[in-house]
Amino acid sequence: MHAEHSTHGHDHAHNPNLQHHFMDMPHQQEASTLGMWIFLVTEVMFFGGMFLAYIVYRTWYYQGFAEASHHIDLFWGGFNTVVLICSSLTMALAVRAAQLSNRRGQIINLILTIVLGAVFLGVKGIEYAAKFRDNVVPGRNFEWHGTDAVGAQIFYSLYFMLTGLHAIHMIIGIGLMLVILWMAWRGRFDASYYGPVEISGLYWHFVDIVWIFLFPLLYLIGRHAPLTF
Amino acid sequence: MAEHAHDPHAAHGHIAPISMYLGVFAILMVGTAITVGIAYIDLGFMNTAMALAIAVTKATFVVLYFMHVRWASRLTWVVIAASIFWLLLMFFIGMTDYMSRDWMGVPGR
Repeated sequence: MHAEHSTHGHDHAHNPNLQHHFMDMPHQQEASTLGMWIFLVTEVMFFGGMFLAYIVYRTWYYQGFAEASHHIDLFWGGFNTVVLICSSLTMALAVRAAQLSNRRGQIINLILTIVLGAVFLGVKGIEYAAKFRDNVVPGRNFEWHGTDAVGAQIFYSLYFMLTGLHAIHMIIGIGLMLVILWMAWRGRFDASYYGPVEISGLYWHFVDIVWIFLFPLLYLIGRHAPLTF
Repeated sequence: MAEHAHDPHAAHGHIAPISMYLGVFAILMVGTAITVGIAYIDLGFMNTAMALAIAVTKATFVVLYFMHVRWASRLTWVVIAASIFWLLLMFFIGMTDYMSRDWMGVPGR
């Protein structure tokens, strides 16, 4: 397939964005996408270890997990889920705009993505503040009025680790999008070269997927059975 | 890969219509609403199973359409399948250990 290109593809100038070790732009695009996916696989395993810890402790301390999950404000969790889904849409539209050489579309959608990411983090800040106010942060000052304080404390440890790691990914994602926005502003991307927008988008969507699982696992445990304590 | 042949200048990703992106967006929003809704109905152990089934469905739509995997190379598919396989293997073998520890009456759980 690549041999074919080398026989008839060189009668015009090279794309200036083509690195010398790639045959042509599709080859380069394919390599960068695959490389990003391999990175995302390591991310899956990274988060996977903590999800396994969650599964083990939820099995052992279901009562504490259900009590603690009831204490979390479902409104903000749902709100943030909607915010992230919107940001994934604007991210996908930013990539599409790059594919169509539409600079304005890229800039608008990237700014929306960054703003939605910032809203998510702001809401996370509101939620964390409520945890500190209610003394449910694991440690010396942890207070629990339910029946399973040990399980509830483990739940909150996992809550802070999982959502904290996710929030760090959001912060990195926003930083990434600021760089992409700067490059898009300077008109670096068009239909022939949009790899950086595409693979940064893959990262953004991955972080969204992590939240798609975190939302039901953290906010919705045993909601159907009101707890009596 | 035949579609790569006509213009070596373009990067040749699949350009999907905006309506497709809005459709996936709508599916994700409806999925979120259903997740919250069924959490308040007592389905026994099916509550968790349903919540995870919806989450997996939502994630699949994001991967296939927002992340363009539907139009990606077979090699990308293999990498993603391997990732899911190893993740499930880790969960499965990890849980066979933790769930079976007290089955034989051996102390040390």
